[in-house]
Amino acid sequence: MRTRLAAVASGLAAFVIASPAFAQKQGGTLRISHRDNPPSASIHEEATISVIQPFMAVFNNLVVFDPKEKINSPDKIVPDLAESWSWNPDQTKLTFKLRSGVKWHDGKPFTAKDVKCTWDALSGKADEKSDLIRKNPRKVWYNNLKEVTVGSDTEVTFTLGRPQPSFLSMLAAGYSPVYACHAQGRDMRSKPIGTGPFKVADFKRNESIKLVRNPDYWKKGLPYLDAIDWKIVPNRSTRMLGFVAGEFDMTFDSDVTFPLLKDIKAQKADAVCEPRPSNVNQNILINPESPPFDKPEVRRALVLSIDQKPFNDILFQGNALSGAAMLPPPAGFWGMPKEMLQTLPGFASDVEKSRAEARKIMEGLGYSKDKPLKVKVSTRNIAIYRDPAVILIDQLKHVYIEAELDPIDTTVWYTKVQRKDYQLGMNLTGLGVDDPDTAFYENFYSTSDRNYTSYKNPEIDKLIDQQSAEPDREKRKKIVWEIEKKLAEDGARPVIVHNVAATCWTPQLKGVVLQHNSIYNGWRFEDMWLDR
Amino acid sequence: MGAYLTRRFLLMVLTLFGMSVLIFVMLRLVPGNVADILVDSAGIADPKEKAKIIAELGLDRPIFDQYLQWIGGLFRGDLGFAYVSERPAIEEIAPRIPISAKLAGLALFFSVILGVPLGVISAVRQNTGLDYFLRVLSLSGLSLPSFWLGLLILMASVQWFGMIPIYTNEPRSFIDEVLLLSIPAAAVGFRSSALIMRLTRSSMLEVLRQDYIRTARSKGASQTSVNYEHALRNALLPVVTIIGIEAAFLVGGLIVTETVFNIPGVARFLVEAILWRDYPIVQNLVMLIAFIVVTVNFLVDMAYMALDPRIKFAD
Repeated sequence: MRTRLAAVASGLAAFVIASPAFAQKQGGTLRISHRDNPPSASIHEEATISVIQPFMAVFNNLVVFDPKEKINSPDKIVPDLAESWSWNPDQTKLTFKLRSGVKWHDGKPFTAKDVKCTWDALSGKADEKSDLIRKNPRKVWYNNLKEVTVGSDTEVTFTLGRPQPSFLSMLAAGYSPVYACHAQGRDMRSKPIGTGPFKVADFKRNESIKLVRNPDYWKKGLPYLDAIDWKIVPNRSTRMLGFVAGEFDMTFDSDVTFPLLKDIKAQKADAVCEPRPSNVNQNILINPESPPFDKPEVRRALVLSIDQKPFNDILFQGNALSGAAMLPPPAGFWGMPKEMLQTLPGFASDVEKSRAEARKIMEGLGYSKDKPLKVKVSTRNIAIYRDPAVILIDQLKHVYIEAELDPIDTTVWYTKVQRKDYQLGMNLTGLGVDDPDTAFYENFYSTSDRNYTSYKNPEIDKLIDQQSAEPDREKRKKIVWEIEKKLAEDGARPVIVHNVAATCWTPQLKGVVLQHNSIYNGWRFEDMWLDR
Repeated sequence: MGAYLTRRFLLMVLTLFGMSVLIFVMLRLVPGNVADILVDSAGIADPKEKAKIIAELGLDRPIFDQYLQWIGGLFRGDLGFAYVSERPAIEEIAPRIPISAKLAGLALFFSVILGVPLGVISAVRQNTGLDYFLRVLSLSGLSLPSFWLGLLILMASVQWFGMIPIYTNEPRSFIDEVLLLSIPAAAVGFRSSALIMRLTRSSMLEVLRQDYIRTARSKGASQTSVNYEHALRNALLPVVTIIGIEAAFLVGGLIVTETVFNIPGVARFLVEAILWRDYPIVQNLVMLIAFIVVTVNFLVDMAYMALDPRIKFAD
């Protein structure tokens, strides 16, 4: 009898565990505060979480990082619009078998032509008249993409110039949705259509974004929510108070700084808050065309002056992560181990020793306490940029660099950077995918649009190409660390800290899985539900 | 009178024309245009992509052509297309006007309804405890920034009532809307009411020392009649002027209040449009504000005549 009861009980337990869908509730509107006005709704044209977080739920990718996993890893990529994929033997052709019966939000069928059309536009091979994508911040991602060919309505092949193991990871990023070929660019920017779980009902600039459930979503039974209501609330204090008062179910991603986290927990004890690395790092732009920063030794002295601790303590209450160009482990998949990191300039534990070395370099160049090097630190005139710039200015004094803050109207920041109209700049860099290809090709490859300092090093270019083609992950990691080391030694965008910030939500919101190595992924919202 | 009105009308048209030229030129003198910003927002600065957007928006055409196109459109009721949202500018602006108008109206109502009577009380009770209290209150009104006051109100609401009076959903009824807007209106109107109160007080004090007030008192007129019928009417002239000026200044106050209370009005929208160099939105909104200011000034001048029969506008 006892055995039979135990069998029934274990059977029931197994049933309950295996059927989580029974617990989920359908319906409800999720209310989220948005920090600012998204420049447009077209994910491919923008490079900000302000666009991707609300609009990723409108689209699907071919493949996607497993939304149930916190760490985006090349081993955890799952099918989305593609049912399966396969590489040819020499790893240069990636063929996707696509789902059939998928419809765009306007009822038209999704086919392989849409995939071709999207990546033709992204790699600059689209018809001259096509206005699907007007600007393309991630052009460099597809430098190795030679062509996209349609086999049938449900088969599409990406042909690469050489093997590139990370190509699939890039397609799995939130930044890689499939666009509708028949859509107009203007519509994609204001009221886009996708195949995703939510349709755009309304996008009122400076006011709100309303997404409603797509009843024809190809994943049956999903999404659980009826609607997502984003309210654009530019004032952070109002956003936080709104969350505490129950006006919002969730804060904007990584909107909660550590001091604010304390306030929220004090006022709304049941709030679920998760601090996590955002894979956004604070770094210094050193203009190598502006003397004396054309001299490698001055760049080195500058890097040696940095003490990360005050940045971390003041801005993150000690919670930020120390790392080089790649996000450090355990959240980061590719970053170098701590013991290796400490051998890089700017990361040594004995800061005073490093600064003494820096002063020696500066003295050798004719600078001293009485005759300091006078420079300007330019940065966007917003607090998250300005605050670290002020700390940097203070630290530079230790190595005879007298710096002055030069706050730049945020809207013309990159234009100024492109003109090389700065000496030093404080910058933030976010990575769409925790992958060396995106990090290095975007920020350090000599031909990239987003290589803001125009850093040119043929040896680094070669190493970047080499790691990109390396199929063995352990060997590739070693090349990646070598690149990180050389970049740090060259003073190429020296990283100060990797940001960590929190996102909070009401306990009634279930199914939230924040991705720990990129804030730009995992915002499909199809598995989230409200228990109320 | 007829000639005066014609002259005033022509002057209004001339002022608006001057404003249109000024705003059009000034906007283009500010560094960066929408193409810079659109490309910049994507973290790139590709000159080819920028040039394509500039050509698409017609920003590469001669400035005079651009001005004529805008003014011509304005006369035809066509405000053009917003650069950023790529929707007709009228669709972006029109729904926001009533919200800001109601907020500004309520704020002005609060400032007058509080400022004038408190100013009178303060004057007739000069140098009493109540006068001192009201003067301190008005000083605090002048020195407290409205965004700070707004945040204090929000914090207090969350702390004491567990709710936050911000604009997240469209109010269901007119009453709901008035209730929702009255808190930010009070925050923004507090400063104006303080100013109006101080001006009413000083103006009243001056008038109360006039001979005709003494005569009225000696004729046995009641205190209320002296204060409100004889003194206030004459003391109101400078107050009406300041109310007119404050009506124009309220737009500045609304920018901050709309941001703190998350009200989707035109003031916040205007600032956003300026940041994005969304010329069609900025030009049309500034012209609207200019029109309102010019009209209010005209109405204030007309009010002088109603308040003081001695004032005549010569033909």
